[in-house]
Amino acid sequence: MNQALCDLPAYRIVAGVKRGDFSAAEVLESTLARIEAVEGRPPGLEGEPADGIGVHAFISLTPERARAQAQAVDQALSRGEDPGPLAGVPLAVKDIFCLAGTPSTAGSRILRNFVAPYSATPAARLERAGAVTVGKTNLDEFTFGSSNESSAFQPSPRNPWDPTRVPGGSSGGSAAALAAGMAALSLGTDTAGSIRQPAAFCGVVGMKPTYGRVSRYGLIAFASSIDCPGPMARNVTDAALMLGCIAGPDSFDATSAQVPVPDYTAGLEQGVRGLRIGLSPDYARLKFPDPASGELREQPIAAEAQAAVEQAAQALAAAGAEIIEGVPMPNTQYGVPAYFVISRVEAASNLHRYDGVKYGYRFEGEVADLLELYRKSRGRGFGPQPKLRILMGMYVSGAQYEKRYYERALRVRTLIRQDFEQAFDPAGAYRVDCLLTATTPSTAFELGAIYGDSVLMQYADLLTVPADHAGVPAISLPAGLDRSGLPLGLQLLGPDFSEARLLRVGRSFELATGEQSWRSVHPPVLAGVSHG
Amino acid sequence: MITREPGSERVSPEVFEHLVQLAALELNPEEAEYLRREMNGQLTAIRELEAIQVPEGLPITSHGVPYTPDISQPLRQDRLQPSARAEDILAQAPEVEERYIVVPDIPRTELE
Repeated sequence: MNQALCDLPAYRIVAGVKRGDFSAAEVLESTLARIEAVEGRPPGLEGEPADGIGVHAFISLTPERARAQAQAVDQALSRGEDPGPLAGVPLAVKDIFCLAGTPSTAGSRILRNFVAPYSATPAARLERAGAVTVGKTNLDEFTFGSSNESSAFQPSPRNPWDPTRVPGGSSGGSAAALAAGMAALSLGTDTAGSIRQPAAFCGVVGMKPTYGRVSRYGLIAFASSIDCPGPMARNVTDAALMLGCIAGPDSFDATSAQVPVPDYTAGLEQGVRGLRIGLSPDYARLKFPDPASGELREQPIAAEAQAAVEQAAQALAAAGAEIIEGVPMPNTQYGVPAYFVISRVEAASNLHRYDGVKYGYRFEGEVADLLELYRKSRGRGFGPQPKLRILMGMYVSGAQYEKRYYERALRVRTLIRQDFEQAFDPAGAYRVDCLLTATTPSTAFELGAIYGDSVLMQYADLLTVPADHAGVPAISLPAGLDRSGLPLGLQLLGPDFSEARLLRVGRSFELATGEQSWRSVHPPVLAGVSHG
Repeated sequence: MITREPGSERVSPEVFEHLVQLAALELNPEEAEYLRREMNGQLTAIRELEAIQVPEGLPITSHGVPYTPDISQPLRQDRLQPSARAEDILAQAPEVEERYIVVPDIPRTELE
């Protein structure tokens, strides 16, 4: 079947551009035509309603930048030079990253007019590798959400598989853009699941690398001890290619680890024979709010989500892996409660810098003094979710509560980390190479179904947040469609810096399920657009 | 909406107002009502942590990944490096006069 250039995997775009089958400019024009066909009206700050047809994945498009970059790739090739490992690949950057010369808004009114004077390290590395940046994708305001509905820029992104549903979040615009063919790669961030949960909801691949694997320089900070930039793509090979370009130490981020970066694409096809893959009952049944009543109670995750895990285990076993059942991860269910404390404290601290003085929105009216300027600028600039995180962070870190909440949460974080250490311990009882779980307790929910209830929204990250606390890497893979035709996601979790192994298992899963019928189903939003 | 146990600790209107002042926020009444309600909902979830037996002397974790010296960044030389972007950075400020960022009066208290 003929595919539009914009629907090709990134690795095939790179090969085709380098071979001269097509130019970077042609790939870009195909991508811009797709954006024109499916993106719909650009979002704005005045609460415009959705147009009923668009995906609305982007806050801003950068076609001029993209054309210059594509031209530079084509010119380098015509001079016989190597334009880099991502030559001509259309890239969407989550608008939480500074990208020199672009509006970098974090999805917030308070940064509506901020133009980044410099580029985030991972974004700069992708552009240097030959990627072509088509735009900045929408997100929950300051990444604070799991649906994108909290963005100040409305309409918020729609799920390309069902426009009445959310794409997930906070990297929801990124996941939606990939699923709809508006980019081949996207740079996201994950603090509680913000790469993996939208990847699962939109049927794409998303990896949260080990904390410290990818520099945070130029990432607009949320929770600095947890924030992880990472790759989002439509297949595992592309995610591996992208991770290789963004990983590695950076003198501008003291927490970026001095760990050598392997060629993540090299071992992808080595299979899973001899690997021990763990299943944990604590990811299948745990305490979270009842979807109907909101009451916190122990219950199983959605039956179809768990069935996908079991089928994947069978497929990987058939490919030669050893499946280890019953791996205890007893502190999984405390991930969200601990996160409510730790992330809020860090968010409150990071959001103090927005004051209407140095950059961003400033209240334009008369004020009596500087304090009133702060209050009015922050009061009008922040939406409800940042305000809630600031207030909660200040409350739980207050001197009288600090021991009871913050310190306790940091110790619970130790327990969560110990669960992983014991599961992966090569001398331990389980000795697993990775864990296999569902990415989310359910598939994509409807727009408006949860937004506003900050507790239910946070529990969308129930199965993803433990890896963020522990710092370990994790990847979400498309695993099929549920009975409503919505994507299901599978999660693989591994020890520190085991990204190459997770990618290899992910690639094995792709190969094992390559002939399954769901793999040839396209998101309905693409019905009627040119595939050829 | 999370159901709450009777008598569970709540953020009172007084505590809430104090936090709003500290946070330098200006809220309208509906917003304040929503935010305080959500804070109390979150506290109910946070109270789950109290059910855990935390072993005596268990250390805290401030980063999941241990930063051993061999994977940590070496300290940089303490060296002056002029930025080429000073004008771009200043251009982001809402009000600038002769390369100074302008703010309204700074509130002050006379020391006794």
